[in-house]
Amino acid sequence: MTRNGLIRAGLFFGVLITLPFFSTSQWLTNMFIFTLMYVALASSWNLIGGYAGYPSLGHAAFFGFGAYFTAIVFTDSVGYGWSPFLFLPVVGISAAIISIPIGYVAMKTRADVFAIVTITLLFMAQTLAFNMHKLTGGAQGKGIAVPSFDPATFGRPFYFGMLALAALAMGASMYFRQSKIGLSLSAIRSDEDKALGVGVQVNRVKVLGFAISVGITAMAGGVWAYYEGFVYPQFAVDPLITIGMVLMTFLGGRATLWGPVLGAFILVPAQQYLSYQLGANQFYLLAYAAIFLITMLVLPRGVIPTISDKIWLKKKQREAQA
Amino acid sequence: MAEEEAKRGAGMSTLLKVNNLVKRFGGVTAVNDCSFEVQEGSITALIGPNGSGKTTAFNIITGYLKPDSGTIEFDGKLMAKPTPSSIYRAGLSRTFQQARIFPELTVLENLVISSSFGWKDLLGTRVTAADRKRGMQTLEEFRLDKLHDLRAKDLSYGQRKLLEFASVLMSDPKLVLLDEPTAGVNPVMIETMEKHIRDRNKAGVTFLVVEHDMQLVMRLCDPVIVLDHGSKIAEGMPEAIQSNPQVLEAYLGS
Repeated sequence: MTRNGLIRAGLFFGVLITLPFFSTSQWLTNMFIFTLMYVALASSWNLIGGYAGYPSLGHAAFFGFGAYFTAIVFTDSVGYGWSPFLFLPVVGISAAIISIPIGYVAMKTRADVFAIVTITLLFMAQTLAFNMHKLTGGAQGKGIAVPSFDPATFGRPFYFGMLALAALAMGASMYFRQSKIGLSLSAIRSDEDKALGVGVQVNRVKVLGFAISVGITAMAGGVWAYYEGFVYPQFAVDPLITIGMVLMTFLGGRATLWGPVLGAFILVPAQQYLSYQLGANQFYLLAYAAIFLITMLVLPRGVIPTISDKIWLKKKQREAQA
Repeated sequence: MAEEEAKRGAGMSTLLKVNNLVKRFGGVTAVNDCSFEVQEGSITALIGPNGSGKTTAFNIITGYLKPDSGTIEFDGKLMAKPTPSSIYRAGLSRTFQQARIFPELTVLENLVISSSFGWKDLLGTRVTAADRKRGMQTLEEFRLDKLHDLRAKDLSYGQRKLLEFASVLMSDPKLVLLDEPTAGVNPVMIETMEKHIRDRNKAGVTFLVVEHDMQLVMRLCDPVIVLDHGSKIAEGMPEAIQSNPQVLEAYLGS
């Protein structure tokens, strides 16, 4: 990591760590919990959707898996309130292991076919959640025991939980960029057949990337379920979650470290503002669609790649003049 | 000529052996009972009119296509279930007609990704000091070292061809299959390419070259194998091939 990169990351996380001690406003905490959740989700989606170019639309299935796993384990008691957080690694690793055969099969397909195959995964998971009554409570949902946190700062543990996951996802993203995993994934995105022909371990790398990606997504689902206190199939396995992760990554810039982060910081507050302004209806979805269309037309590669290319070009021109 | 034949026979062993390959696409038989051998240390040409099955044969040898029947032996071993990856790792690398490189990666990274690193290296640094040293050496040999941090998509077509050639050498292959290495590049670049093939051949790399530039084939290659309608119709030294009636008929039509 460069010195500038370290300073950027230090500032970013420094501000976010101290933020709850300046404001205990509930709506602000709530908004940041969701923003950080989407930083984690979009950054983890970017690992496979951005770096490898495999546009998964099934990540919400793993989000739901994490939510239900946590809800089922902690439905009666959460002890002092910390156990669900400590349980997260189990959730993440389980999701990653389950995803290995799924990823292996799904990634036999590419591009648009892969998107369709993974979206069926989402609907399969939702159907399972609706119908496995004994385990999930079906349409009645599944509750989690309420922790005995101080009501004045009730959101704080969830805020830090999401912040930790955002850091984990961004850390994974950074690690991918600097390791041969990321190099291999970029080669796969560029030309997968050629990558096969120069001995890149295509299948292994893809499945590994997919597993890490959905593992982090499932952990975010766990914290979300605990924060919400109740898990319903239509909200835990929600196509909107998938769309949110994808849209934020596209908006900020695929295959970049900060793109998904920027996308989340723009879209989550915008969504909250719009749903407040436009009433409880899902009119904000129209705004979502509009943002997606405009992004694709004006900035097909997203904000960060477009800007960094402009800066790079300016620098080269200046060098050429000098 | 007999002396030369004897010289070629001595100290050379068969590196690649293609046995009775057949490949049909629907009703078209692209490769039809095709057998040939490539001797270690040679620069063998594979020529033939358009549609004679050269590229299909390449695709089968490198594991991109499954033959309907027939076998490939490489370096004395039968390739049972060849995949592009296993073939490359066994020491047989190839280039493509359309200079396939990774446009989003830098020039240096294009070499690193092709160095067939192991499973454990995946977790290691993207471009290690050792990768950089080795990559830059190869880039210097190909005079691409000044361009090492450019994205490969910013290279000219000829430079891409050179880069693809340089990158498939990173696995220290025994045999390199070149699919039209000089198609679409300028005359100076053709000479450059020829020089690099000769240099690497002297260093012990065997080549099998598909090429339409007959002057280059005649200068560079020995022996020349001629395919027509998916099977071998002739093989021999360039001079003999030039006057072979069957070859003339295949090229000029009958």
